[in-house]
Amino acid sequence: MIASAALVIFSRNPVHSVLWLILAFFNAAGLMVLVGAEFIAMLLVIVYVGAVAVLFLFVVMMLDIDFAELRAGFMNNLPLGLLLAIILICELVLGLGALRAGSVQLGVDIANATPDTVPNIEAMGQLLYSKYLFLFEAAGLILVVSMVGAIVLTNRRRGGTRPQRISDQVKRRPEEATRNESPEVGKGVSL
Amino acid sequence: MTENDLFYTRPELILSFSGLLLLLLAAWRPNWGRLICYISIAPLIAASYYAWVIMTNEAFEFGGDAFFGQYRADGFSSFSKLLIYLASAITLLIAPRFLEKKGVMKAEFPVLILFAAVGMGIMVSAVDLLSLYIGLELNSLAAYVLASFARNDVKSSEAGLKYFILGALASGILLFGISLVYGFTGSTSFLTINAALSGELSMGATFGIVFMLAGMAFKISAAPFHMWTPDVYEGAPTPITAFFASAPKVAATALLVRIVGEAFTNQVDAWQQIIIIVALMSIVVGALGAIGQKSLKRLLAYSSINNIGFILIGLAAASQIGVAALLVYLAIYVAMTLGGFICLMQFEDKDGTMRDDIDDIAGLSKHRPVLAAVFMIFMFSLAGIPPMFGFWGKLQIFQAAIAADLFPLAVIGIAASVIGAFYYLKVIKVMYFDKQVNVIADSNSRTLVWIGGILALFVSPLGYLSISILGKWSAVAGAFLFVNGG
Repeated sequence: MIASAALVIFSRNPVHSVLWLILAFFNAAGLMVLVGAEFIAMLLVIVYVGAVAVLFLFVVMMLDIDFAELRAGFMNNLPLGLLLAIILICELVLGLGALRAGSVQLGVDIANATPDTVPNIEAMGQLLYSKYLFLFEAAGLILVVSMVGAIVLTNRRRGGTRPQRISDQVKRRPEEATRNESPEVGKGVSL
Repeated sequence: MTENDLFYTRPELILSFSGLLLLLLAAWRPNWGRLICYISIAPLIAASYYAWVIMTNEAFEFGGDAFFGQYRADGFSSFSKLLIYLASAITLLIAPRFLEKKGVMKAEFPVLILFAAVGMGIMVSAVDLLSLYIGLELNSLAAYVLASFARNDVKSSEAGLKYFILGALASGILLFGISLVYGFTGSTSFLTINAALSGELSMGATFGIVFMLAGMAFKISAAPFHMWTPDVYEGAPTPITAFFASAPKVAATALLVRIVGEAFTNQVDAWQQIIIIVALMSIVVGALGAIGQKSLKRLLAYSSINNIGFILIGLAAASQIGVAALLVYLAIYVAMTLGGFICLMQFEDKDGTMRDDIDDIAGLSKHRPVLAAVFMIFMFSLAGIPPMFGFWGKLQIFQAAIAADLFPLAVIGIAASVIGAFYYLKVIKVMYFDKQVNVIADSNSRTLVWIGGILALFVSPLGYLSISILGKWSAVAGAFLFVNGG
């Protein structure tokens, strides 16, 4: 995972970077499976690989970014980058110090505890469709609202397009579509 | 799930089912926008009826939990719901004409308002962190879309985008707080959280409380989280701004009251000082910020920040009297704000464009005396000047604060409300004593005149007739909070 994460930054081709990023996500999912959190693993694969990374890939391929040009300004931002790096390293060291200080006492929820024998996806499903039914439905409403909102804000009737109106085509009868004309010689027909 | 669950959640069920049905109608009849607006008032009335039943029927004296303690129907939630549904219905009445004139009327508008109302209903009934968040998001998502409803207008798009990005940030902060509180108490239920927080407060839980309060302060646009308010209120179409300033404010305030009055009653010291500071900052920022404003919409936006400060004083009292005073103030505030925006919508010039510059209403009293008088009533009431009903709300709030020994808060609050009175009086002075400019033409909307008139009667001295009703039910509603501890 660390290797593929490193390759995300070091590979010269941005498309390769995104592909390495996807590999990093897969590795993270693998780690989650190893600690027994298979639901989070699947979520990682579905959300990050399935949606986010593919979106990245599209963006990278659509936008023709000249990365050499971006790198040219690298030295200007170096002090800021270094500062951020130092802060992050400090946090890391402090975090390691906190680790030695022992774990934080968290509250325990006895009421919601599920037996270890049930796989966590099954446990989640059981809760979702029984105890959290109301919220599950309300979350569905949220999705409806977001969909309606997206359509309301983007759907517009543009002039100049010529859509196919199937019902009009089917409704057309031979009597309306054809006519008999007997034009005078030398005059032609008007359409 | 029992039958009771469905009974208690009936307002939400009615609203969501009719919302979905009207959505189908809107899909097939996109030109029926105005009709669907009027139709969707019916489910709001039905939902209000059930909220009213739960509040007044003695069988539900103690309220009731539904869906495993995630949802509670009681007097407090019903009182807030009545206010919310009323504000939504008024929005649906006043909006069609305005939106049609701007050419942005869509049949989905009433549907979004209904779904927002569902979300707000869930918010005020939430007794669980999860239902709190779901209700909040349902309401906010509908609001983001409504803010940018006038798609062709640059300002409206800007308002929508700003609201969306800052709202998402606030939701993130709120969620961070929620996860900390959940982590350190082991439960998402308000009552269990309260029990778990009874001892000494751990560092993590304190952080959780602070982050939750910050997120909520954003949603009610209290200073120092008020930055988005003037821009969003100015950009959004005016009837929608009226909606933002009334219904979601009530819902978010009620939610905040519910959180601190039910989940954190054992830790009053932890949140009281935060609320006090936020309240004072809101009052001062609202009063000072409004002074330089040229746009009446921005002025009303700052006025709503200012009012939220007064409302929070009632919360800072951390008592049942405080909550009751807060609810009275909220009811009056909704009437004043809606009325103010309704007057604003009538400030149209000959072409029917809305003029919200303060210079355009100079000398209004000469050619539109009634409109000027109605607007004056709202301004006096917002300033809390005695004969008007707005004074009663402020009086209640300060009484509660003094009963809770919060003397400095009350004194500074009163002093700042004097500063605030300056810009309300300035508007009145411009209308009555400045040279007439004759920009505002006669309006021909009877709906606006009627609703504005009724609201003006409510906030005028006649409103004191409603004290017995308002006082009784707000006291009933307030009695549901700060029950244990505190």
